[in-house]
Amino acid sequence: MRTSPLLNVSGLYKNFGGVQAIAGLNFEIAKGELLGIIGPNGSGKTTAVNLITGFVKPTEGEIHYRGKNITGRPPYKIVRLGIARTFQMVKPFYQLPAYKNMIIPLYSPRVKQITGGKYGDRDAVALDLLEEVGFERDSFVAYKVASVLPQGYLKRLELAKAIALQPDLIILDELFSGLSLAEVASIVPIIEKLRQQGKTIIMIEHRLKELFRIADRVIVLNYGQKIADGKAADVINSPEVKNAYLGSE
Amino acid sequence: MQKRKERVDRGIKARSNDVFALSSWREMLYLAAPRLLPIVGLLLLSVVLSYYWQRVLLSVSVFALLAISWDILAQSGMVSLGQALFFGTGAYLAGNMNHYFGWPPYLTIPLATIFGGVLCTLFLIPVLRLRGIYFSMVTLVLPLMLVRIIEATRIFGGTEGFSGLDPLPNKWVEMYLIITVLLTALFGLRRLMNSDYGLVLKGINDNDRSVMNAGINIYWFKIQALFIASALGAFAGAFMTHVYMFVGMPVFALDYSILPIAAAVVGGIGTLAGSMLGAFILVPLSEILRGLGGLRIVFYGLFLVVFTVAIPGGIFHYIQRKYHQFERWVEVE
Amino acid sequence: MLTNAIIYGFVNSVILMLVALGFNITFGISGIANFAYGALYIMGALACWVFFNSIGLPYFFAVILAVALTAIAGALMYRFVLLRIRGLVLSEVIATFGIGLALLEFFKYIGFIGFQYSLPVFIDASINIGRVVIDLQRILIVIIGTSMAAFLWFFTHYTRTGLRFRGIAQDERTALSLGINTDRVAMLSVSFGGAYAAIAAIFILPLGTINVEQGYSVLINALAVCIVGGLGSTGGLVLASFLIGYGQTFTVTYLESHWVMLVPLIAILVILVIRPSGLFGEQKQLEERI
Repeated sequence: MRTSPLLNVSGLYKNFGGVQAIAGLNFEIAKGELLGIIGPNGSGKTTAVNLITGFVKPTEGEIHYRGKNITGRPPYKIVRLGIARTFQMVKPFYQLPAYKNMIIPLYSPRVKQITGGKYGDRDAVALDLLEEVGFERDSFVAYKVASVLPQGYLKRLELAKAIALQPDLIILDELFSGLSLAEVASIVPIIEKLRQQGKTIIMIEHRLKELFRIADRVIVLNYGQKIADGKAADVINSPEVKNAYLGSE
Repeated sequence: MQKRKERVDRGIKARSNDVFALSSWREMLYLAAPRLLPIVGLLLLSVVLSYYWQRVLLSVSVFALLAISWDILAQSGMVSLGQALFFGTGAYLAGNMNHYFGWPPYLTIPLATIFGGVLCTLFLIPVLRLRGIYFSMVTLVLPLMLVRIIEATRIFGGTEGFSGLDPLPNKWVEMYLIITVLLTALFGLRRLMNSDYGLVLKGINDNDRSVMNAGINIYWFKIQALFIASALGAFAGAFMTHVYMFVGMPVFALDYSILPIAAAVVGGIGTLAGSMLGAFILVPLSEILRGLGGLRIVFYGLFLVVFTVAIPGGIFHYIQRKYHQFERWVEVE
Repeated sequence: MLTNAIIYGFVNSVILMLVALGFNITFGISGIANFAYGALYIMGALACWVFFNSIGLPYFFAVILAVALTAIAGALMYRFVLLRIRGLVLSEVIATFGIGLALLEFFKYIGFIGFQYSLPVFIDASINIGRVVIDLQRILIVIIGTSMAAFLWFFTHYTRTGLRFRGIAQDERTALSLGINTDRVAMLSVSFGGAYAAIAAIFILPLGTINVEQGYSVLINALAVCIVGGLGSTGGLVLASFLIGYGQTFTVTYLESHWVMLVPLIAILVILVIRPSGLFGEQKQLEERI
């Protein structure tokens, strides 16, 4: 028995002035899946995420989450339904210490709704969440101001901010970019843990090797359309995909 | 041998920071002094000054309120160039209620505060979704336009305004009402801005997309900040209406818009106490300069320019730094 | 009466447009807040008066010198004040507003108040359009206004410097990396705006006297037109000035003249409700790259 997908994107179009960023995108994701979205630069991956999470309104098309039409809703409403995302270009509050950065997502109505208002002192919860993503407690990294943290920690902070919202669907936009192999290797267990908790994950990535190790399924975008959809090994060998990434003879 | 300046927290600050059981009177005094200073200072001034300077103190307190209101908006990412809008709305509401319905001050002032806040917030809601500069432009333009409209259409008393309005019971009520409101606003809002709620507001200023992404409706928060600030301004206006027993076009004057900004810039943007300090410097200065007539505003303008360019932090930050830290020269390793 | 209103409405609109153009150059197009605009406007007119009346230069030279002086004033303002606070919009607004304030009140203080302060009309004659009498000065204003608007449009779309004006507003870092000297372009933009202000003042103020208070009205009107038309869009500016201009003229003709000031206010309120970023506003809130 096929259960209905958690997220369903159909007939999505977006154009910015003269640029057709998304030209008829359709895909779905089932609950508990880890879906990778790959594609050459400019293929519309981040725009697709912006459309799903409400930062940009589509020109045409619909997005359904748990059967409900969420097309065009503003970001704060999308978060309250259980979808969280990270930004490709991290957006911490640079003047604040890392743990204070977490206060803002923890203040969100989504958290209050899920935990029934009995979460506890936000500072303590923030420190716990940061520890889960790899801010070692005894090195007091969490107390450092965000402007002095290196990229690896900033990416983790971004991830922690998304996790803090206790989402059911997490969308990670190029989480691995700018990280060393060791840093990626240390973040992968965190993602695995999220999967074990039953969360559904979408990952946009350029680091294909690392992505293919963990993704269930991969879709490939090119010029705003989906050109392949399937298991990682199948997709990477498809001629359209090779064409898109490498160009034809 | 090269030297550099190093700033280190004073010992007493390190000891008394975030410690709930302070171990000595000296440490408690260190923490309490900055907070007691405005309270004691204001109470003292209210009794020792001559009558003329007491009236000036009233004016100072009103401008301090407007400056605090401005600072709240600035910390939340909205730069208001028209505090006069809030002041004037509150003033006219109170004036009208008193003139047409005959309601006494203890009724008109609270009502003007609340409805002034509501009215101004409603007026400005459409601009909240736009880039910050639109907010600034609209707040600049609205009071200037309202003045001309009142002058032209002669509503609300036109150029003469309403005079002979009810005063407050006596000068001590005037004085302590405004001082109480000022101190409550200062300490209460400081507390608010230092809490998690304030952190969200400051986050909106810093990176609003990030806050949106955290599932918070930034417009609702902006509306709340706007309401608080405009209600404060409206209170100031309503209060002055009953102090002068008059309301007229001058309540929308540029003075009420510029001076709070100047006070915040001079005193220290981002700290409510700094804005208040700025008002305490600028308003008496303005009184002293009164003899210069038109040149007074010229000086203000220049003052603003110099401070904005040269000392962007403001006086309060400087004082705070000196109070909490000391500097010394150390060798560069 | 209708033809009268239509013709005078046209003139009124062009006047508004002319006034708003200079402000739009620095603010809408180049992204630099110059709230000393009203002061520059008055300064241009007063400079012209001084050159013509006190120094006795021929009017033609007085005009050229006045425009040049205002442009230089703008450049100086940029070099000594705005340069240090570029990018901090709040500081820019406050500082330029402070300068404008100081200037206007200074003019009032040293006594530029009175009926003798007026600029001469260029050609003291009038013509008839149909049954409507209209003075040549107004016709001249229309001609100058439309040509300045057209010139601005052409300048910002087809010349290198004009495109640079727009470039520095959109992304200063990119402009820098393309070899554009953003500080110089910005300075040019501010002085350009000042020159436009002076030209507008010299052509418009002969219709009345030079009233320093108008420095504030000019800023208000320029702001209103820019808000309604949408920052940065010359087309929007033109349309907005016609809407407000005709609105004002019809109000004066058919309703009572003291409702005139309500027109820009209502225009602002309406535009805020139906289309907040302005009629042809280009820079809406959320359309940036994430």
